[in-house]
Amino acid sequence: MGIETLMGDEAIALGAIHAGLSAAFAYPGTPSTEIMEYYQDYVSRRGGIVAQWCSNEKTAYESALGASYAGRRTTVSMKHVGLNVAADPFINSALVKIKGGLVVIVADDPGMHSSQDEQDSRWVAEFARVPCFEPADQQEAYDMTRAAFELSERVSSPVLLRITTRLAHSRAAVKLAEPKGQNPVSKVEDSKSWLLMPAVASRLWKGLVGKYEALRAESEAAALIEPGSKELGVITTGVALLYYRENLPDMKDRPSHLHIGRYPLPYAKIREFASGVKKVVVLEDGYPFVERMLRGVASAAGSAGSTGPAIVGKESGEVPVTGELDPDNIRPALGLPPREGQACRDLVIPGRPPQLCQGCPHGDSLAFLKEALEDYPLHTVNSDIGCYTLGALPPYEAVETVVEMGASLGMARGAAEAGLTPAVGVIGDSTFFHSGIPNLVDAVSHNTNVKIMIVDNGTTAMTGAQPTIMSSEKLKAIALAVGVPPEHVHVVRAHRADHAANVEMMRRELAYEGVSVVIAFRECLEYLKKARKA
Amino acid sequence: MKYDIILCGVGGQGGISVSVVIAQAAMAQGLQVKQSEVHGMAQRGGEVLAHLRISDSPIASSLIPKGSAQLILAFEPLEALRYLPWLAKTGQVVTATAPIKNIPNYPDLEAVLGEIRALPKATMLDADAMAREAGNARAANMVLVGAAAKLLPLKVESIEKAIADTFARKGEAVVAANLKAFEHGRTANQ
Repeated sequence: MGIETLMGDEAIALGAIHAGLSAAFAYPGTPSTEIMEYYQDYVSRRGGIVAQWCSNEKTAYESALGASYAGRRTTVSMKHVGLNVAADPFINSALVKIKGGLVVIVADDPGMHSSQDEQDSRWVAEFARVPCFEPADQQEAYDMTRAAFELSERVSSPVLLRITTRLAHSRAAVKLAEPKGQNPVSKVEDSKSWLLMPAVASRLWKGLVGKYEALRAESEAAALIEPGSKELGVITTGVALLYYRENLPDMKDRPSHLHIGRYPLPYAKIREFASGVKKVVVLEDGYPFVERMLRGVASAAGSAGSTGPAIVGKESGEVPVTGELDPDNIRPALGLPPREGQACRDLVIPGRPPQLCQGCPHGDSLAFLKEALEDYPLHTVNSDIGCYTLGALPPYEAVETVVEMGASLGMARGAAEAGLTPAVGVIGDSTFFHSGIPNLVDAVSHNTNVKIMIVDNGTTAMTGAQPTIMSSEKLKAIALAVGVPPEHVHVVRAHRADHAANVEMMRRELAYEGVSVVIAFRECLEYLKKARKA
Repeated sequence: MKYDIILCGVGGQGGISVSVVIAQAAMAQGLQVKQSEVHGMAQRGGEVLAHLRISDSPIASSLIPKGSAQLILAFEPLEALRYLPWLAKTGQVVTATAPIKNIPNYPDLEAVLGEIRALPKATMLDADAMAREAGNARAANMVLVGAAAKLLPLKVESIEKAIADTFARKGEAVVAANLKAFEHGRTANQ
């Protein structure tokens, strides 16, 4: 079958294709975007698989759930915060009797390279009682994706495949295995197993609790102990395995080692391992998940008077509790000195944060908004997830908040209802389709005095210019359809040349008491560049 | 044999294609490779960084440990300095000299270049001008690959073939300009 050099995201995508994938759904989000991009590139050459961007992670998840119901193998992929959006279908789909394999691919972003938080999806899997696989490298990403489909169908459960940024975006050679054909379409026979009415759901819930414990037995078998020093044991999960191995040649005594790649946690294996060493170092990218479980509360292992081993990790402070692990920041926990490189004599290197591209339409949109708002010393501009978030930084300093997808419009509306006006919500076209529409409906139904500015660049720019789910004309149509007065729906060109006219229009709308929708359109420069290349 | 390279520059300078070219050349010679890239928000005019590890034995981490890189290949001089802690005591810097001053607190350029000159082993070149001479202003990154060629554990022919393969889709003229840029870089640092 050969060997290919693949990014972690690509290895997962190819693993899914080779496992007989029929349908895949996603919303773009760094570091998960390249999974769907790989599928779509594959489909453009070979066909045979449905690979669709969706409005948001929840709709993507629900589509995948339907594909599973139809007996086909399916994936839904997203970044970690996308799983919050899809939390409702994710948690409830743990109860139904999954038919076609459903693999939920979630890319966490410790270090917040492109995210607003570094939440750890292993906790969400545990919360939902869904088995979770965590590959350590590209080969495991490929192999585990295939294994995840098998497990999903065998135990009738979704399987969460958790990766982190570093694996998603690093490349290595992957040995491929024989591809498998797709499942035929076949409806679920016992449709009651998908009917989460209270009477049925309570039976299914009892079943799920039992199922999760049975899954723990499988994790026990998968976790491997490499015997070594009795003084020091090291537990690794995911990519931390590679950082540990990188440092192993520097260690005098080879530690005992337990690697965990599957959850629920293998309690018995962990107890066996911990009872055989004096000290346990836990290395895991993300939150201290294994470490927290290991410490427990009642047993207070590692605390004064405890007979268990000392526990070293994020909670004890030897491993950084925030940010991403790397081959250097785990060295103190392993008792190794820092590595020395070269240094500047005395120059202090300033950071170079990302910024809007030269000539970006968002810059022109924010400029006219900012000028129109100068008449109002007290105002609020709530913004959202996308390139325009960079409008919070100099030289723009035009937006004040960014919390999560869609919050711009909801926050501006709530601020306005609470008396802080003018209140402006600045949202991108793709984010508007993702989760802006319900907030627009709220604003119109309560006739809130809120100004909605859709900065429409015709693409999902931040993640690499994926197509927006619908074309720009639909934005105006939606505003009119939900009842924004036509004279307060404006489509303007986001361009310096139109600055004066745009300021004038914005001033008029700020003076109007009610819902206004201003669509500031100009195509993203990155998108145009990509279109020219294609 | 292990050879670790830090590739760095500012978003949009074509660092990822350099990483691809060197990695392909290494794999063509039967070497193992791991690459780590930055995608997403940082690509918008911010500092971008790729780690490229080449070895004749299995590589563990895709991230290069501090003090381990044999080469920093930089597309911008300030960025060349940013990653010095990753450069081995015996490591080398090959960098373009043209600054990208897209931040208000960009230090005095002479101070930046002075720091580079003070390093044990550093090569500076005006890659932009050399790329223009080669007939493609966008091939500055291949000038830098050329300037680093004698340091890499790779045959010149492997790199040339990787350049030809990487740019084949863009037509013969682009391939020729990139090969010429590579050649100019090699001549400048023999």
